[in-house]
Amino acid sequence: MFDVVVVGAGPAGSMAAKTAAEKGLSVLLVEKRQEIGTPVRCAEGISKDSLSRFVEIDRKWIAAEVVGAKIYAPDMTEVVLAEEMAGNEVGFVLERKIFDRHLARLAAKAGAEVFVKTTALGFERTEGGLKVKLRRLGEDWEVETKILIGADGVESRIGREAGIIKTLKMSEIESCAQYLISGIDIDEKYTYFYLGNDLAPGGYAWIFPKGDKSANVGIGILPSLAKMPAKQYLDRFIEKVGVRGKIVEFVAGAVPVYGEISTAVTDNIMLCGDAAYHSDPITGGGIANALAAGYHAGVVAAEAVEAKDYSAGFLRRYDERWKSDFGLKLRRNKKLQEFFLKLDDATLNRLARSISGKKIEEMSVQAIIMELLKTNPSLIEVLKDFFS
Amino acid sequence: MPKKAVVDRRKCAYCGACVAVCNLNANELIETYLEIKDNCNGCGICVRTCPMGALSLMEV
Ligand SMILES: Cc1cc2nc3c(=O)[nH]c(=O)nc-3n(C[C@H](O)[C@H](O)[C@H](O)COP(=O)(O)OP(=O)(O)OC[C@H]3O[C@@H](n4cnc5c(N)ncnc54)[C@H](O)[C@@H]3O)c2cc1C
Ligand code: SF4
Ligand code: SF4
Repeated sequence: MFDVVVVGAGPAGSMAAKTAAEKGLSVLLVEKRQEIGTPVRCAEGISKDSLSRFVEIDRKWIAAEVVGAKIYAPDMTEVVLAEEMAGNEVGFVLERKIFDRHLARLAAKAGAEVFVKTTALGFERTEGGLKVKLRRLGEDWEVETKILIGADGVESRIGREAGIIKTLKMSEIESCAQYLISGIDIDEKYTYFYLGNDLAPGGYAWIFPKGDKSANVGIGILPSLAKMPAKQYLDRFIEKVGVRGKIVEFVAGAVPVYGEISTAVTDNIMLCGDAAYHSDPITGGGIANALAAGYHAGVVAAEAVEAKDYSAGFLRRYDERWKSDFGLKLRRNKKLQEFFLKLDDATLNRLARSISGKKIEEMSVQAIIMELLKTNPSLIEVLKDFFS
Repeated sequence: MPKKAVVDRRKCAYCGACVAVCNLNANELIETYLEIKDNCNGCGICVRTCPMGALSLMEV
């Protein structure tokens, strides 16, 4: 009998397994793919602070460092967010193929068993806990555990089977396509974001530098608003902006933009990362929250084993932890996403012009909103919910 | 005529977006292989969500 079985070796699962194993629990981490970290389903951007909270930075998996972001309205009005001080890089673009493996190895080093090419099919409740049904290299296999951590990403079968989450609607998921483009000519100190209802309905397009004249060029759209697949929007964006270079890699994926769920636990089970819709509803960024949630789940698993209490009531400690960490931000950014979804291109242009050229020294959604409020006091009424 | 989702394997980029939105758990991504099961009711949600345009509905 394991103390903890973790499903999914993305950032959330590996961090949960590592944390629980470091606290002395017996941990099994299962991943259905044969290679952790590939295929990549990510644009790989993360802020320096949210990464260094949980891992020691290793140059091996840093592809680029950025000082700020440039955001473009539909008419190409530019808004720049940048650190005032030169040399003060605030963000990283990762090499997730290497990063995800590194995290899984840290989990293994801490003592977790790691099985790849092993799919969790479901679970059954038993007297002492759960029986997890696995399929390993085509063979059925069952293991017993006290706690099951679902870190199975956007596909999240565990959460649905446990009744913790409902299937995402087409208005709650970004459908994404991305190319790694080599030979691209950009200032590699910035990440770039492009907005527009026609360009990327319900989402945005991005260019994230990956060093050595290469970049992740991608797009996310809301299927409920889109008229064609994400890949076609991406091709159109590349044409429109005049991105040059050669496509050397293809990425597709999806990210929840749901907002905060009321609970991520039930008896014996906790969900973390994309499986718990922890990704940011406005940026689609999910690595930082996945790492944080994984950490909190690992800590609470250890407390539960110590207390011999795996009830939902006890595991709510995990809810308290992740909610006080980033719950408020998920709630706020969901409201903001809903606000932005209502703006037509003319309004986006006008708002961008009102703050274009202003010095915005923090790379965050919050900083943009503060600047918008300064120049457009009439927005206070509309956005007051954002501050309540 | 009842319909079912079918996948064009030459276009599929095995991303799992379709699995995330299927209400019936009628699909599963096995590494790079997307399986669509018999309980698919042809609702078409996955077709609209697929970033690659790899899914379509076929009459059965
Ligand atoms: C195109 C795109 C761009 C993005 N860009 C960014 C970005 O720039 N910055 C950012 O922070 N975030 C970004 N995100 C979001 C980010 O990738 C996710 O939020 C993050 O990977 C979530 O981590 P996770 O550990 O929760 O899940 P994942 O990384 O998805 O890991 C889940 C793992 O579980 C495995 N699994 C699933 N089901 C089972 C099963 N039944 N049995 C065993 N294993 C299973 C999967 O194979 C997978 O390895 C982007 C997403 C997309 C699609
Ligand atoms: S959403 Fe499309 S590309 Fe992604 S796995 Fe499903 S069929 Fe393949
Ligand atoms: S058509 Fe509907 S039921 Fe069938 S696989 Fe797609 S989402 Fe599921």
